[in-house]
Amino acid sequence: MNKNYINYSVDIEKHSKLFWLISDSWVLAKRSIRHITRNLDQLFSVALFPIMFFLLFRYVFGGAIDTGSISYVNFLVAGIFVQMLAFGANYTTMNLAIDLQRGIVNRFKSLPIARSAWLIGHVGADLVRNMITGSIVIGVSFLVGFEPVATPLDWILIFILGALFSLAISWISAVMGLLVKSIEAAQWTGFIVIFPLTFVSSAFVPTDTMPFALRVFADNQPLTHVIEAIRSWLVGAPVGDSGYLAFAWCIGIIAVSVPLATWLFKRQTLR
Amino acid sequence: MNTKIDDKKNSTLENNSTSNDVLNEITISVKELRKSFKDVTVLDGITFDVKKGTVLALLGPNGAGKTTTVHILSTLLLPDSGDIRINNHEVVKDVEKVRSLIGLTGQYAALDEYLTGKENLQMIGRLYRLSHKAIKKRTTELLELFDLVSASNRAVKTYSGGMKRRLDLAVSLIASPPVLFLDEPTTGLDPHSRLIMWDIVRQLVSQGTTVLLTTQDMDEADSLADKIIVLNGGKIIAEGTSEELKQLVGSERLEITVAGDDNFTRAINLINEENLSIDKQARKLSFVINGGVRQLKQVLDRLDEDNIIVENISFHNPTLDDVFLILTGHMTQQLNTESEIS
Repeated sequence: MNKNYINYSVDIEKHSKLFWLISDSWVLAKRSIRHITRNLDQLFSVALFPIMFFLLFRYVFGGAIDTGSISYVNFLVAGIFVQMLAFGANYTTMNLAIDLQRGIVNRFKSLPIARSAWLIGHVGADLVRNMITGSIVIGVSFLVGFEPVATPLDWILIFILGALFSLAISWISAVMGLLVKSIEAAQWTGFIVIFPLTFVSSAFVPTDTMPFALRVFADNQPLTHVIEAIRSWLVGAPVGDSGYLAFAWCIGIIAVSVPLATWLFKRQTLR
Repeated sequence: MNTKIDDKKNSTLENNSTSNDVLNEITISVKELRKSFKDVTVLDGITFDVKKGTVLALLGPNGAGKTTTVHILSTLLLPDSGDIRINNHEVVKDVEKVRSLIGLTGQYAALDEYLTGKENLQMIGRLYRLSHKAIKKRTTELLELFDLVSASNRAVKTYSGGMKRRLDLAVSLIASPPVLFLDEPTTGLDPHSRLIMWDIVRQLVSQGTTVLLTTQDMDEADSLADKIIVLNGGKIIAEGTSEELKQLVGSERLEITVAGDDNFTRAINLINEENLSIDKQARKLSFVINGGVRQLKQVLDRLDEDNIIVENISFHNPTLDDVFLILTGHMTQQLNTESEIS
């Protein structure tokens, strides 16, 4: 029985390099976005973590934490919001490591595609996942008694900063995903960076009760600025320097980590 | 053997210099390819050609350099030195062009487990820059050809090993690449799935695809390859058609298992046949049997006269092990055993 496996009459499209960079990135992002809904474990943890942290801090620790003029639940929302975005970025580290361990990256590399498309695809899908996470956080916050006073403009600023922060931390996670040697390592590497950053910040407690060295770190690290800015918009407090510092940090991180991740990925081929 | 190979090479070279047509037919050309990882030399200057519409099998044990060769040829890895061309495009310099000419099916199915079979095909089709119309057409075609229509809307993680390999091959064929790399395409497959894969490869080749495949399995090389290259420690230790390699090993081998280590060392000296291969741990001796019943009787008589107890006698066809024992291990192994005896 003869079967015709080859069909030389297929037409190849011709477009500019930029067109293909966007197209390849979109094709690969679509792939990763499909993972969100098909990998139920991932989806479950995306929904479960915000709920757990809200219950834990709102009802277990919350009563013992003094947040001065604003109620603890109003204080807490910005912290959990940013923390969950940071946790979510760990999926980039994980998913890059998984792709690298299994053969699929070799297939992508052997195709005539833009090299960075695979990275952009993963980070892009992370952004989508984090938008779901962010919505869940805000949704749950209303259930535990959150009363925001943010104006529509404030909400837009929160959305933009949240997206920018998500991109920044995902690109750092991409760098880590390219450096780790195993999927297991990817699991904890992210948390080695993300845990201290989220807890040594103003996410859950005001920083002024921390020891001096810790307080200096907490007050000046990027997550605190992002948290402070979002908190101020949510509760209608003056934003101060945190607003533009938060944007500056995010843009700065992206400017460094995008070329770094791309270079690391290219270097893997050159070995 | 060596002189025979050299003769063959010379005649090919002559043909090339005299006839341009033959030169044009060369699809994959590798000259003096070298690659080391830190201090370990993985490829130590290998040279070969693959003609259009033929199958070359790289045969060798784990660590022989087979996969490294495929990775370099498919632009995943840079060589340290050497001249490598596919359809006369330099693999190192003309990367984009080369990538549009090749398909790669690796040792492990390079598929997205959460996507369906159809989605995998569509994704890779678009990354090969096919038009949406072409993707639709090829996806339907390939799903039918590879007998995957009923599973096409299921996530790949639910597929059996054989189905995954078939889909993997289908995916690398979506853009109908003229050159196909198959890295151990049937490792871990059941015999039935293996035969299906072999059949597909044969048909692809008959339609003009050039295939470079790696394998550890003599049978696979035997039934698919026009030419076999035996790699060991990053060097080509033999090359030729499967017939030529088999002549080297001998058509059939007699394998004798001897009881007791003492008997074993005496048996080695008694048998004294050409190309004797020695497996000390299993106390197995094997050699080419081409003198018929008489040779068999002589050998057994000699053992019997010396009261050597034979546990088992069997015939078997040449295997990859035999090729390696003959080409690499045999001499050193025999010398070692002899020095231990004296």
